[in-house]
Order: sequence, then structure tokens, then C-alpha cells
Amino acid sequence: MKQELNHSEQKLLKIISGLTSLPNGAYNIRFNGTALARSSSKNIIIAKKSDGKDGIDIHIRPGTKNETVYIPVIMDKSGHTELVYNDFYIGENSAVTIIAGCGIDNCGNQDSQHDGIHTFHIGKNSRVKYLEKHFGEGSGSGERIMNPTTIVNIAENGYMEMETTQIRGINSTKRITNARVAAKGTFIVKEKLLTHAAQYAETAFQVDLDGCDSSTNVISRAVAQDKSRQLFTAKIYGNNKCHGHSECDAIIMNNAHITAVPVIKANDPNATLVHEAAIGKIANEQLIKLMSLGLTEKEAENHIITGFLK
Amino acid sequence: MLELKHLSFTVNEGKNTKHILSDINLSINDKKTVVITGPNGGGKSTLAKIIMGIEKPSSGEIFFHNKNITDWSITQRANYGISFAFQQPVRFKGIGVKELLSLAAGNELSTKGACEYLAEVGLCAADYVGRDVDTSLSGGEIKRIEIATILARKNTQLAIFDEPEAGIDLWSFQKLIQVFEKMHEMHHTILIISHQERILNIADEIILIANGQIQQVGKKDVIIPQLVSIAGSCNIYKGVKDQ
Ligand SMILES: Nc1ncnc2c1ncn2[C@@H]1O[C@H](COP(=O)(O)OP(=O)(O)O)[C@@H](O)[C@H]1O
Ligand SMILES: [Mg+2]
Repeated sequence: MKQELNHSEQKLLKIISGLTSLPNGAYNIRFNGTALARSSSKNIIIAKKSDGKDGIDIHIRPGTKNETVYIPVIMDKSGHTELVYNDFYIGENSAVTIIAGCGIDNCGNQDSQHDGIHTFHIGKNSRVKYLEKHFGEGSGSGERIMNPTTIVNIAENGYMEMETTQIRGINSTKRITNARVAAKGTFIVKEKLLTHAAQYAETAFQVDLDGCDSSTNVISRAVAQDKSRQLFTAKIYGNNKCHGHSECDAIIMNNAHITAVPVIKANDPNATLVHEAAIGKIANEQLIKLMSLGLTEKEAENHIITGFLK
Repeated sequence: MLELKHLSFTVNEGKNTKHILSDINLSINDKKTVVITGPNGGGKSTLAKIIMGIEKPSSGEIFFHNKNITDWSITQRANYGISFAFQQPVRFKGIGVKELLSLAAGNELSTKGACEYLAEVGLCAADYVGRDVDTSLSGGEIKRIEIATILARKNTQLAIFDEPEAGIDLWSFQKLIQVFEKMHEMHHTILIISHQERILNIADEIILIANGQIQQVGKKDVIIPQLVSIAGSCNIYKGVKDQ
């Protein structure tokens, strides 16, 4: 596989997935619209979709413990656009890590676009860690566009932690995440987002806490620089005795615009829902402290942002 | 030597001009430990911030080692050897204790290196080195980490501490005195704003500031008894904390 990717393609793959060679176990590496390499393991079966849609089905056997699945996507053909469906069926009593992510290098003048729809069916008592990193680069005038949709169904006592990161490089993104959580289930989101130049990013979370003692925590840290724009929406619906919390913490710089719309709706008297949203500049005292240690203002700013998005 | 010449600081409040510091003239010789004391609101922190470059004086000049640094930025002053421990240390989201100490040191510290600075300020290093400098730290903890950042700075020639004793317990207090004594032995010039008698005791010279002016300058043997009588019924010099 490595031989088939040139140097910058390998770099892209490493940035989004950490991979420098083919991993052990199950994986599907997608490159400019086709599977460059695919492998199933004893417990994790990856198969091309049979319903005519572009994408794969990932079946994870009940009781699969401590395995990792890699499904990164890289694109460097200017003008390539795709709509991909990946469906995950995670059997009961499993504990797995899923590493997705998409890297686009667009050196041409046509827009490149990846729309990915990921659906998760998480079985009872299963725990899933889902990491998704989005990254773009390229000197061309063509835009890099990514629209990930994540649909999550968590069965009783299931758990999913989703870490989604987009730092620079994506001109436009619409990130939609919809989750339904059954009794004693938990859905955790950690989003990190940095936009710059004239980029636009939209994030919309909707979590339905359907089951008794279900819970969610949606945490977003965002930085908007230059004249980029961001729209953050988090809707948490408490439909039973449940705990929901969302937190949007954003740093605004230069001439950027940020809108945060937290919505909490209790449809049950035993729902406890909290939202927090804060947007502000980097605190002046923070800059002053780091400058008093010898950093320039620009260096201080970079450290504060890097830490904030850590 | 640090020299302040005719320093004033005023702010406009509506139509009125508020004089926060008026015509401050002061020379601090190298390698001395000098303590500034005086009632709350007297202008002590403002003076310290002006020396660090955080506030710009309305008039007057600042010389350090014979260079006029009045128009220098904070960064320039820091790189020229001035260090400042804030009265109210700043908290960060996502900056670790070790990272902050490394920034202060100017190079990536090893865990062991970072722990040595923490141990000097009486913190059990293993408990703190992996933590963030955020709101989870108590007032006393962050205050000591703030002092540790000054210790980590290698090029310090003048170290300014704004009420370093605030929030620090008795056992650590002894450590704090040792920190100043050690810095003194290393030939640093030290400027401490304090109300604590035990810190006044280690001063080569004490400066009393009230109402934005220097009221008195002198050696501790002469000044301490006077301070107590000036304070009268007010007990700030007995270690009551500034607000
Ligand atoms: N930028 C400012 N604007 C208005 N008032 C200020 C400003 N900076 C300081 N002050 C006021 O100046 C006085 C002196 O403050 P400070 O230097 O903090 O005193 P101290 O440290 O001696 O307690 C206080 O009354 C404070 O409120
Ligand atoms: Mg003060």
C-alpha cells in the first residue's frame, strides 16, 4: 500500500490517522474514491456495500474487545467529489476503537468534496471510541469541502465517545451529528475546530436522550480567525429521566463571526439539562503573562490557541 | 540599577483625572532586596506593572542598567532580565504546569527539571507537573506555580513579586522566604510588594507607598517600628491579606 502512495499522500494519511504502514486487524483505506487496501479480521468484517451505494459495511462481532478499525479517506485529485455511506454494526459487549478521518490535498482549481454519512448501531453494553480528524491542504484555487454526517444509535448501557477535530484547511464544512441514546447509555462528544481565512464551518448536534438514566456531554472548543464564520448548534432533548450537558467555548479573533445556539428541551420532568456557551477574545492577561516570560504577542497567541484546542 | 524618574500614572474617569501615581522617583541598586509596602489602593501594583511594561506611565521615565526602557514592550523587558509574578496569577485552558515552566525557562524542561522548581516553592511536584494551569488549582497552588515560573527564568536580573504571600500557608511561607534568600544569594535584584512582617524583615530597604506617592524610604531597622506606629490601629502590617 505504501508504495502506491506518493510522499504527500502518505503524509496526509499519517496526519488524519497516524498510520505510516498498514495496520494489523481490520481496515479500509480509501483513496480518490476507491479502496486502496481493505482487510477484515476474525471479529471485524468489512465489506463493500451491496445496495448500490458507495461505501462499506462494518460488522463487529459481539464480545470483540480492544480492537481498532481504521477507515481513513484521502483525496488529492482536484475536482473529485464523492458521497460515501459507512455503516457500523457493533455487537453487544464489545469495546472497540474506530479511527476515521479525511484528508484532502487540492492543488488544482476545481473543488474537491467528500460527503460521508456514518451510521453507528451500538449494541448493548458496548463501548466505542470514535476518532475523526479532518484536514485539508493544497495550493490550488479549488475549494476543499467536507460534510460529515454521523448518525448514532446507542442501545442499553452502551457508550460512545466521539472525538472530532478539524484544524485549518477546510474551506467549507457542514457537520451533522444525530444521536439517540437508550437506557443507561452515554454519548460523549469532544469537538475541536479551527477556521481561518474565509472558511465556513457549521456544526449541528442533536441528541435524544430516550432511555431512563441516559446521558450526554457535548463539548466543543472552537477558534475562529481572520474572516471565517462558524455556526454551532447543539440540541439536547431529554425524553426520560436523564442528564444532558452541552458546552460551547469559542475564541473569536480578527474579523471572524461565531454564532452558538444551544437548545435544551425537557420532555420529561426528570430530565436534567444544562447548556453553557461562551464566546470571547483571548484574555489580555493571558497574553501579558506569556509576554512577561519573553514570548512575543504572536507566540503567546499561538500557545494559548494550541493549548485551548489540545 | 533600576531608576524611576518623575513617574506618574493618571486615568480619566468621566471629566475627572484620577492620579494613581504622582511623581515617583526611585533608585534600586543591583543585588538588593527591596520591599514596597503600604495600604490597599496606594498604587503599588500599578507601579510594578509600569516597571514590567504592562501599563504605560502618563509621564516620566524608566531606566534599567542605564538603558531608557520607558517605551519598551513587555517582551523586550522580559528578555532584558525583568520578571514579574502577578498578584492575581492568570489561568489558562489547556496549558500545563510543565509547559508554562518550560516557556518560562525558554526551553523544554524534563519532568525532573520542572519538579525541581515546584519543590522549591513547596509543591509536591508529582501531584502538579501533569496538571493544567486552570481553574482547578486553588489560590495558594496557582500562586506558588506563579512564583516557580519566575524561578525557571534563567536570565532574570530583576524579579518583581506582587504580594507573593497571599494564600500561602505557614509551612510554605518558610519556603518562600528561602526562595527570596536564595535569589538574593544568586545576586538578583528583588522587588517584593508585601504586607508581611517576615518579608519586611529580609528587606535591605523598605519603601512605603500611599496615595500614589512614596511616603518613606529606609532601612528596615528604622522603618519597621515607624510603620507600625504609622499604621496605628490599622493592622495591615501584621499580615492581613490585601483584597
Ligand atoms: N487602569 C485603571 N483605571 C482606573 N483605576 C485604576 C487603574 N489601575 C489602577 N487603578 C486604581 O488605582 C488604585 C491603585 O491600585 P493598585 O496599584 O492596584 O493599588 P495597590 O496594589 O497598592 O493595592 C486603585 O484605587 C485602583 O482601583
Ligand atoms: Mg496590589
